[in-house]
Amino acid sequence: MSPTMEGTLHSDHVLELRRVTKRFGGITACKDITFDLAKGRIMGLIGPNGAGKTTAFNLITGVYGVTEGSIALEGQAITGQRPDRIVRKGVARTFQNIRLFRNLSVLENVVIALDCHETYLLPASFLRLPSVRRREKALREEAMRFLEAVGLEDKAAARADSMPYGLQRKLEIARALALKPRLLLLDEPAAGMNPEESLDLARLVRKIHDDFKLTTLLIEHHMDVVMSLCERIFVMNFGEKLAEGTPEQIQQDPDVLKAYLGEGFKRAQHI
Amino acid sequence: MYQYITGVISLGLIYVIATVGLSVFTGYTGLFSLGHAAFFAIGAYTAAILTYFYGFNFYLALALGAAAGGLVGFLIGWPTLKAKLRTDYFAIATLGFGEAIRVLLENLPITQGARGLPGIRGETTLPVLVVAAALTIWLAWNLIHSRHGRASIAIREDFVAAEMMGVNVFMGRLRSLTFSAASAGLAGGLFAHYFCFIQPSMFTSYMSTQMTAAVVAGGMGSISGPVIATLIFIGIPEALRVANIWRLVAYGLLLVLIMIYRPQGLMGYRELSLDMIRGWYRRVLKGGKP
Repeated sequence: MSPTMEGTLHSDHVLELRRVTKRFGGITACKDITFDLAKGRIMGLIGPNGAGKTTAFNLITGVYGVTEGSIALEGQAITGQRPDRIVRKGVARTFQNIRLFRNLSVLENVVIALDCHETYLLPASFLRLPSVRRREKALREEAMRFLEAVGLEDKAAARADSMPYGLQRKLEIARALALKPRLLLLDEPAAGMNPEESLDLARLVRKIHDDFKLTTLLIEHHMDVVMSLCERIFVMNFGEKLAEGTPEQIQQDPDVLKAYLGEGFKRAQHI
Repeated sequence: MYQYITGVISLGLIYVIATVGLSVFTGYTGLFSLGHAAFFAIGAYTAAILTYFYGFNFYLALALGAAAGGLVGFLIGWPTLKAKLRTDYFAIATLGFGEAIRVLLENLPITQGARGLPGIRGETTLPVLVVAAALTIWLAWNLIHSRHGRASIAIREDFVAAEMMGVNVFMGRLRSLTFSAASAGLAGGLFAHYFCFIQPSMFTSYMSTQMTAAVVAGGMGSISGPVIATLIFIGIPEALRVANIWRLVAYGLLLVLIMIYRPQGLMGYRELSLDMIRGWYRRVLKGGKP
């Protein structure tokens, strides 16, 4: 651990960021981000566009390496590790701009995620041993269960990109769940949805969070979704922390109102 | 005439073996190679040198030729794929590699340089080719329908998303490259023992391009498509031999037409199946109406 680490590593903290900084050339996308996420919680990560929220996700999942600082998952440092290793340690995410395997079926998308924990070896694959056949059948059945969890079981054979936008988002969530994560990162799951659809999605997020015993970090712009789901909220602006607290505290915070929510938000809450 | 037709079929099957391997790499993993003739050549020379100079058993020589192709694929893939070259840069790297291997073959004492190796034992027969092609297709099919193959497909579809599914992108690409290089090596060994003569000028970038063209025209994400395309590409120039110099023009024209009218290739992301043939049959009966 670096000597700049503040505080101690708590065993009940699923995710810990310590002074995480990411610079792209002269631009600082994330600066000194520090927060903890306790087991079983849902935390919101909000802020204006370009505030560095998705960069934070990319740092946690190892897509980008951190410039400074450290990230720990369940007390173990994951800083600088390859994304696929971090995924295997229990982190799953969805993408802001949906990244499904578009030419594949809905079911195959989920099976690829399940493969993450599959162990049969390459020679067995080449010879398609009976054990492989059995595992393949089991994987397909298991994938159906994840599709059922998000209500896509009757779309299993459809091509992923043939589905409407909202269902594609649900498939991304099913695929992330199939990785059997302990930490789930959702990047704007309700983007482009109307209020009704986004409330429906909020219910789904709550349900899977409870059913799969997850710890969830959520980036979202729909404030009704964020405020109804999250126990804590971390607000970013220009790559830095602007505020952190409960939904009530965040809604009262003058800096947050000024930079992001807008004065109108407070008034709207009183109507 | 009979001998001529079996000759065309044999040549077609040799290329089918190489193309099916390349299909796993290009069609399923999404990387392009312009240097697969090099793996073909390495397989051809390894197998030929073993039977020619050392009196090895033909089948053992074939297996070692395939292994040599695979090994070189693995070794060249390690640095280039580790560097995560973009697909177009990777294709350029393979182009350079292919030419380097050809120059090497022209200058090594054991390969007898540009003179080549005349009088290799002619042990590649049609039944051997049929078994070898069936075996390659079977292995490729099994691979594609396993977790290892799905990892490759995920990499082709979106390698960032694949990484987020726990796929090791580097290993997935390296695995496909090694398999395709070994298939090309096997095809090379069969080629050497079919023509009984090899020389470096046989394995030019034209050969590599032809293989990649067959995969793309046959269809990405398909095994039967590239097989059909290979047989057409080998068959048509032969059938048009009477048309002399125009046959290569016809070949080029065919490629252009496929890319304009079927950019996904003959069988993009599909396989030839009985249902599909039945569907065509019905459509023909109904006079072109689907």
